[in-house]
Amino acid sequence: MIDESIVHISSAVISASTPLLFAATGELIVERSGVLNLGVEGMMLMGAVTGFATTVTTGSPVLGILAAAAAGAALSLVFAVLTLTLMANQVATGLALTIFGIGISALLGSGFVGQPVPALPKLDIPVLSTLPVIGPVLFGQDGLVYLSVVMTAGSAWFLKRTHTGMKLRAIGESAQSAHSLGLPVIRMRYLATLYGGAAAGLGGAFLSLSYTPMWMEGMTSGRGWIALALVVFGSWRPWRVLAGAYLFGGVTILQLHAQGVVHLPAQVFSMLPYLATIAVLTAISAGPWRGRLTAPADLGKPFRPPV
Amino acid sequence: MPFKMEPRQEVSRTVVYATPVLAVLLTVISGYFLFLCLGLSPATTLYHFLISPTLTFYGWSELCVKAGPLVLIATGLAIGFRANVWNIGAEGQLTFGAIGAGGIALAFWNESGLWILPLMCLAGILGGMIYGAIPALLKTRFGVSEILTSLMLTYVSTLGLGILVYGPWRDPQGFNFPQTRMFTDSSLLPLILDGTRMHVGILVTLAISLAAWILMTRTIAGFQVKVVGEAPAAARFAGFSRNRTIWMSFLVSGAGAGLAGTFEAAGPVGQLVPHLTPGYGFTAIIVAFLGRLHPIGIIVAGFLMAISYNGGEIAQVEDRLPQAATGVFQGMLLFYLLACDFLSRYRLRRISARREVTPS
Repeated sequence: MIDESIVHISSAVISASTPLLFAATGELIVERSGVLNLGVEGMMLMGAVTGFATTVTTGSPVLGILAAAAAGAALSLVFAVLTLTLMANQVATGLALTIFGIGISALLGSGFVGQPVPALPKLDIPVLSTLPVIGPVLFGQDGLVYLSVVMTAGSAWFLKRTHTGMKLRAIGESAQSAHSLGLPVIRMRYLATLYGGAAAGLGGAFLSLSYTPMWMEGMTSGRGWIALALVVFGSWRPWRVLAGAYLFGGVTILQLHAQGVVHLPAQVFSMLPYLATIAVLTAISAGPWRGRLTAPADLGKPFRPPV
Repeated sequence: MPFKMEPRQEVSRTVVYATPVLAVLLTVISGYFLFLCLGLSPATTLYHFLISPTLTFYGWSELCVKAGPLVLIATGLAIGFRANVWNIGAEGQLTFGAIGAGGIALAFWNESGLWILPLMCLAGILGGMIYGAIPALLKTRFGVSEILTSLMLTYVSTLGLGILVYGPWRDPQGFNFPQTRMFTDSSLLPLILDGTRMHVGILVTLAISLAAWILMTRTIAGFQVKVVGEAPAAARFAGFSRNRTIWMSFLVSGAGAGLAGTFEAAGPVGQLVPHLTPGYGFTAIIVAFLGRLHPIGIIVAGFLMAISYNGGEIAQVEDRLPQAATGVFQGMLLFYLLACDFLSRYRLRRISARREVTPS
């Protein structure tokens, strides 16, 4: 009985964390290259609606997931062209991306509201998933959950252990110096931005295909922004971002369960994730960790190679 | 490559003012194809979307009703944007202001008098300022990104308004609908013209726009804001405080948004409801940019956005255009505007074989 509820709650936490993890781990790479894309919310919604619509139409969740990643990347390409080629302000363009994403996803999804979608198949890992408690929690999730963790591990390895990862970090720290060393600043920033868009799209797809299998206008309800905060919280490091994402998933599930126990208006509990984000951001910027906040030095600064 | 991009010696003013026009044009062209893709007749839908709202006198009065809050919020936001202070939580400040004003209206529901409305405005302005002060404080004291905090607070305030209108402030005679009592005449803004919904708030907004114009172009404070945004290093040497600019930006834009919330609650809505506006706080960001962060430009941009709201409603009825199309239009417009801005900072030049002296 207790085992069952532990399994139930832990699985729910993992589910609630996964969309955040996808989006945040993608944005992490983007920001490490020195680009600040505030359009995560819009790209997640794009992924959510495209993933949902494709799955419903074709009946194939795999196609849906691929389409969601492509849609997120496509939207981030708009951002890349505007900010990297046309030198538009990154903050303003990111906001535009979110406003546009909310609108276009609602437009595309208007025919899909209220439709059912087949749930993502659980990917039970043989033997391990039969372990008590740990089995179903860690080894009985759907494929996207594993993918999000793999992507986090991949990001950590890429940034720390590969030559290309080092170049990416150099570009984020000082585009000017990286350019003088002959590194392709703009090309790498393009690729990083596209990757971030695809990851946000996957996060959206997880939301509309697994977490709450349906499509609803604006269904991300601020998760894209929370993901942005998580990157700061994780001080631009993949594993800390993962820890942050699971912490926030925990807060989300906690508030859902607390609603049944404590008798306060439901909205009070719904406020918690947002208030927690503000509290955590403040703590991380004000606390003793302050000196170790390692924002890429060139984050958000436009760079145009001299011709 | 026969062309090359080169930075302009100085930002071209002609281009700066021409880009919004170009952006609107490009948006309309894209809209044509968007409607085509949606299986609508593009010309008719565009006509309903852009022209129909402006054909009657009543149509114009409705544009004023929508443009009013957008202009009021955008005017405040523009001051911050000039200084590179990103308050994107105007919707939250609007909501918090409306809660303050609505609280006064409900507290004095049985009273009447000319003092109620000014008190509501004061509460609304204070509410917006207090709510704007939170991100300002976190930014100046702890260096927390004002973008994230101001946005998170928007969700919090919307939920807060929900608690009130679903709970203690719900109209006891309202058949359990989530809404407060209708405000009484003493707490409703007087109309300017009978038969329309144009209220006194619009005149106040106009006056504030003019005041902001004078503030930005004729006073030291306005100059400081510009310098802090455009040349932070110069501003430091001149002793202009970055923190003071952040505080000023948030307090002013919070006040504007709070007052806009008051005007909505005491104007066209006449009570508090869970969603007071169709996202004016966010659309105002576009209005501020489209209006080139200039108080007069913002008025023009506010009307354009009002057209997109009202035109969207007309096209929804006439052509069954989904409501979301309005948001798509607004987003596209901002994209094109940001893209076109490139032209004001760079120009295309033909590269000829001869070496030429660049004219300055």
